[in-house]
Amino acid sequence: MTTVLGIADLTVTYRRAAASALIGISLEVEAGEILAIIGESGSGKSTLARAIADLLPERTEVAGLLRWPGLEGGPRAGRDIGYVFQDPGSSLNPVLSIGEQVGEGARRHLGLSRRAADAEVLRLLTRVRLPEPERIARAFPHQLSGGQRQRVAIAAAIAAQPHLLIADEVTSSLDVVVQAAIVELLVELVRAENMTLIFVTHDLALASGIADRVAVMAEGRLVELGPVADVIAAPKAAETAALIAAHIDLTTPPLVGEAP
Amino acid sequence: MSFLRRLLSSPTGAIGAALLSVIASAALLAPWISPGDPLSIAGPALLAPFSDPALPFGTDRLGRDVLAGLLHGARTSLVVGLAAAAASVLLGSMVGTIAGFAGRLVDEALMRVVDAFQIVPGFLLALAFVSVAGGSLPTVIVAIALSSWAQPARLVRAEVLSIRERDYVAAARVIGMHPIEIAFKEILPNALPPVFALAAVIVAAAILTEAALSFLGLGDPNVVTWGSMIAEGRNVLRAAPFLSVIPGIGLVVAVLGVYLVSEAAGEALGRGGRP
Amino acid sequence: MTEPLLTARDLRRTFTSGRRHITALDGVSLAIAPGETLGLVGGSGCGKSTLARVLTRLIAPESGAIAFMGDDWLALGGGRLRAARRHMQMVFQDPLAAFNPRATVGGVLADALRIHAVVPKAARAAEVARLIDRVGLSSGLIGRSIHDISGGQRQRVAIARAISVRPRLVILDEAVSALDVSVRGRILELLVDLQRETGVGYLFISHDLAVVRAVSHRIAVMDAGRLVEEGPAASVIAAPSSDVLAHLIGAVPRLTGIIRPERSEDRQDDAY
Repeated sequence: MTTVLGIADLTVTYRRAAASALIGISLEVEAGEILAIIGESGSGKSTLARAIADLLPERTEVAGLLRWPGLEGGPRAGRDIGYVFQDPGSSLNPVLSIGEQVGEGARRHLGLSRRAADAEVLRLLTRVRLPEPERIARAFPHQLSGGQRQRVAIAAAIAAQPHLLIADEVTSSLDVVVQAAIVELLVELVRAENMTLIFVTHDLALASGIADRVAVMAEGRLVELGPVADVIAAPKAAETAALIAAHIDLTTPPLVGEAP
Repeated sequence: MSFLRRLLSSPTGAIGAALLSVIASAALLAPWISPGDPLSIAGPALLAPFSDPALPFGTDRLGRDVLAGLLHGARTSLVVGLAAAAASVLLGSMVGTIAGFAGRLVDEALMRVVDAFQIVPGFLLALAFVSVAGGSLPTVIVAIALSSWAQPARLVRAEVLSIRERDYVAAARVIGMHPIEIAFKEILPNALPPVFALAAVIVAAAILTEAALSFLGLGDPNVVTWGSMIAEGRNVLRAAPFLSVIPGIGLVVAVLGVYLVSEAAGEALGRGGRP
Repeated sequence: MTEPLLTARDLRRTFTSGRRHITALDGVSLAIAPGETLGLVGGSGCGKSTLARVLTRLIAPESGAIAFMGDDWLALGGGRLRAARRHMQMVFQDPLAAFNPRATVGGVLADALRIHAVVPKAARAAEVARLIDRVGLSSGLIGRSIHDISGGQRQRVAIARAISVRPRLVILDEAVSALDVSVRGRILELLVDLQRETGVGYLFISHDLAVVRAVSHRIAVMDAGRLVEEGPAASVIAAPSSDVLAHLIGAVPRLTGIIRPERSEDRQDDAY
């Protein structure tokens, strides 16, 4: 397995912050794998995703090393890494049509002509399973539902055909049924195009359904890393055990008995 | 306390505060530095500044002390500026809150009134009012307030409309809070921060409007103001420019001080001050 | 058979935006018994939040009736409504947005106690302290600003505010959806505990079926403004009769194994 990204001792401190957001993170991302980064709010998982994509605010203190073995001179912005944000309401530009936003990556990085880019946009929208792609390409973000907007965001992220896709809490603002559909779409896309996926979420169960490996974060540190089945069956870190214990699904014994 | 410290730590805030404190101390200490009536004759006419230590800024055409005029004029400017801005913001906030909260017909009716006041250019409105009502300090204050209350009203109304939809207002309704209490305890305090920024601009504009009214001879004739001093100096502008320039500098310092402090206050309130 | 605490009959509500009409409630009827938790589930846009707002009279229905504690709930107005509101409280999804930004923890509770004169003025401070303690917070938080505490703590304060006026029914609109997983369980336990102690009823609204299952006696399922299924929690989960519920069940992530539901060739993803 080739390594796509090597992180060595990464430490990130935001400007004017008392504590570091990331402390000494070291891990390697293998090509073609689905790596889930799990953690509660404040654990640093989004900071890690942004650090990888070089999306941290200016004047943030970054120490440590990000190694990109396959890429000379590091990843090109918008081309080698696709990033999907949590809230499609704010990651999509409200005054540009869907077609313009999705096509931008293709035009800029693949050098497609306007006509070729438009065709590519339709292909991408179909790829993310949106019906009536011509209508959607002409529409604006506010005219779509949350799930549809997130599909558009995914289409825009893969438009430039990146090798690495980072999904940062992409389902956290969606309801459970839409969440399942979006996650399924991501997995299918990534497997078909041979992309590497870094899936950031607070939901261990959701990640367990799709990830090859799981990295658990707590308070800025990487507390556990390993194949998902192993981590869940035999967690080594207290935080992982706590997440597992706190999980509620339909097999969890309910807190209430029969009707009063 | 930390707000003050943040305010004074930026260069904008520090300079603005320094300028304002000069004006404020001039206004406060006027009766001690230059006791007596500033409109009384103090020396020979058109004495040049810095020639007589007892009259450091010289005298005007009638022999009145320019320094005394400057200091007492500072009082007038500050009093009028602050009072007019306060009246304007008060009236505007009340109307804006009622319009935004009551909605529908009341909102429509009030907004048409606001429209009427906004359409007329502010200075002309003040001018017209003072011409009709006579020139005295209270009249000038009312005139300036009338010419500037429309903006705070719109601003507060816009804030109220937005805040009205927030969850915490819904929570207050569910708890059973009386609508009047909701309007003035939950909504209005959170609608005010942008109005404070506007208030500072209104103070500066009020100072200038008052000076302009006095310049045109429409202010209170019994009080010395920077505007009336500039008007006086207009007649001898070539021979004795200092008569207009000195109060002019006073105006610049006052308005600049207000602007700088309001800028710095906005930054100091910044992220922490607004929800 | 005790009389139901709340009965809603044939509630209808449409929203119009330009030329578009959205039927948020299309003839919804339900009942909640005293001391019972009715869980209400559905996807986004199914109308459950609109139902919460209609029940709490934040918005008015176009037609239909609501009987609460034996009274015609929709007929109340003015001061009588404000007084009666103490018996039906609500906890919102976003604990930060649910409080006046200038509020303090103690202030929020004191206001609620004052409005309904729950205890005499002299006893208010002690009651605030008792409530804070009851929801598992330390008394040191009473003077703190709402901004200065964590999301989980804030939601506890919201629950304290809701129960401070001794309601008969609390509507929880996605009340744990914005909380961390580790905090969620404890909040749910607190709610169940309070119910055991005071006999309060809950309408627990959520898109997350697993959370609803954990705390509900009965579950109702909404889709496109209608109630499509209803029954005892264990029964409906074991044997769902509606497609909607079947999809919800399939979509709940489990700790091991695949989460995606069975895919048929022509299933419409575009719906989402």
